[in-house]
Amino acid sequence: MTMTDPGPTGRFGEFGGRFVPETLVPACIELEKAFYDAWADPEFRQELDTLLKDYAGRPSALTDCPRLSEELGFTLVLKREDLNHTGSHKINNVLGQALLAKRMGKTRLVAETGAGQHGVATATAAALLGMECLVYMGEVDMKRQELNVFRMKLLGAEVTPAMSGSRTLKDAVNEAMRDWVATVEESHYCLGSVMGPHPYPYMVREFHRVIGSEAREQINERHGRDPDVVTACVGGGSNAAGIFSGFVDTDAELVGVEPAGGAAVGDGIPGVVHGMLSYLKQDEWGQVLEAESISAGLDYPGVGPEHSHLAHIGRARYEQVTDAEVIEAFKLLPRTEGIIPALECAHALAWLSRDREALAGKLVLMNLSGRGDKDVNQMMEILEL
Amino acid sequence: MSTTTHTPGRLEATLRAQRDAGKKCLVPYITGGLGDDWLASLAAVIDGGADACEIGIPFSDPVMDGPIIQQANDIALESGVTPESIAADLRGFESPIPLAFMTYYNIAYRMGHERFAKMLNDCGVSGSILPDIPMDESDEWIATADENGVENILFAAPTSPDERLARTGVRARGFVYAVGLLGITGERQSLAESATKIAARTKNHTDLPVLVGVGIGSPEQAVEACSQADGVIIGSTVVRRLVEGQGAGAVRELIASYREALDTAFPG
Ligand SMILES: Cc1ncc(COP(=O)(O)O)c(C=O)c1O
Repeated sequence: MTMTDPGPTGRFGEFGGRFVPETLVPACIELEKAFYDAWADPEFRQELDTLLKDYAGRPSALTDCPRLSEELGFTLVLKREDLNHTGSHKINNVLGQALLAKRMGKTRLVAETGAGQHGVATATAAALLGMECLVYMGEVDMKRQELNVFRMKLLGAEVTPAMSGSRTLKDAVNEAMRDWVATVEESHYCLGSVMGPHPYPYMVREFHRVIGSEAREQINERHGRDPDVVTACVGGGSNAAGIFSGFVDTDAELVGVEPAGGAAVGDGIPGVVHGMLSYLKQDEWGQVLEAESISAGLDYPGVGPEHSHLAHIGRARYEQVTDAEVIEAFKLLPRTEGIIPALECAHALAWLSRDREALAGKLVLMNLSGRGDKDVNQMMEILEL
Repeated sequence: MSTTTHTPGRLEATLRAQRDAGKKCLVPYITGGLGDDWLASLAAVIDGGADACEIGIPFSDPVMDGPIIQQANDIALESGVTPESIAADLRGFESPIPLAFMTYYNIAYRMGHERFAKMLNDCGVSGSILPDIPMDESDEWIATADENGVENILFAAPTSPDERLARTGVRARGFVYAVGLLGITGERQSLAESATKIAARTKNHTDLPVLVGVGIGSPEQAVEACSQADGVIIGSTVVRRLVEGQGAGAVRELIASYREALDTAFPG
């Protein structure tokens, strides 16, 4: 069985686990208990579903792409997570965690963010539920995702730059964990992807399962069958886990797309950082390598443990695309379908475009995890229009 | 309380002897490979009167460490220090006091448990301190450590319930590292109330030496912590002097000031 409950060890095959300082172990155990309890509680599920519907705008649309499909030579269908409130899939997980944190009596949310989408979503949920919010963001990312920094501040969150290492997502995670070690009594660490110590990879996947469940129903209703291929970009891997979970028991090929400069599954070997055992880009001594990607949301040397497992057992495969391919692919959707994708999603598009011949005639479902407004400033400097 | 059934290694034996003499244990931390002459820092720690020394193997993502030790890590890593280069340096150094490597689990995982344990044996390091692998994940590593006579230290945190402290007391070797506060390494203005509390709680569950570390920044704070603890670990206050380039002399004086304060308050 794949993509089910990993059990008390939090292992997906050999991957996962709970590699955190002793100070945080009791907090992880408490969170694990609280999550299982809430997830089995119809009242909690109802409360979350209501928020997802009336606040976040779910279900998100499923959009056919006739013009781009014709250009690519296969049938492309998009799951429109970009249409959610705050502009990405991140809100699914954040509303779940924020409600859970509140239920646990926590008053403060701490989060890391790369592209700022998770930070914005967390700041949003904190505002909605009247909680304090502090977001760590790599200094480099604060520059390239300026707009989201402003959004977070407008939403009442504090944004603290992570100044160590590569000053990107990896370092923001370090800072968030250091904060949590010091504030664990009142804070919930609202982790933004299917990574970290147990129960996060499982819990975050469950909060994103709604993407896959909806898409399964929608595509069957519209196209009368399951897709041949399901694809999504992979940073930590939450949007991919969400959509994969809806199709893991079908014959669909599952394809995650990593940036060439941060391909943990593609180029990494098993290692332990940020609470989990998973594929990790590291040197011969186990020092974590810095990722290098045009996309702040995917600029991460690790990956969620369940993806390592899915790759290991051959249930999913992981492709890599270069920054140059991503820049080209970024232009496809706006021109043909009137949709500006996030740079992260442009990774999945870049792979689809590159491998179009192998995909000829197929039904392909892509998770459009976010909208591109946040990337427009950055792309203005790269693209000559 | 659990009494231990294993044969104490060099680290545990040394700290027990100090405690049984009615004295307190002083265990400073230095970052391995910080400066070409880092062995002079180790010699200064020994000269100053430490009972044992923790040597940090720098790691790229030290989540339990504050700014000072992070900076020391970065400096050492930039100069090309590796676990093996630190071990090689130590091979020529006959330490009169027991040593422990403090690093993060991925260093041991990447190298392989067996090879990591053998490296410790080979360079005369008695113990291992890996803050990001809690006992729940430690079975395999502890088995290899035990087989190779490596004393694997475990942590007790202010958040640990008694049930965990009891298990920690049984599974730890060398000593139990009682985390003095909720937070990461770094000097603080005053000793957190949690420091003596966690030391006392831990001692209810183990007869291993219990040392308080994280957040101790002055000899007075060390003495205060030792009202309950069997000793202290001091890190950032030592490493800050090294990062600031104050040199081995300043480190020796610093360690001596802690030694004197502890020996005066607890003469044995
Ligand atoms: C739109 C979008 N997609 C994807 C990601 C990457 O995260 P994950 O791999 O967890 O889906 C991000 C992260 O910031 C994002 O903003």
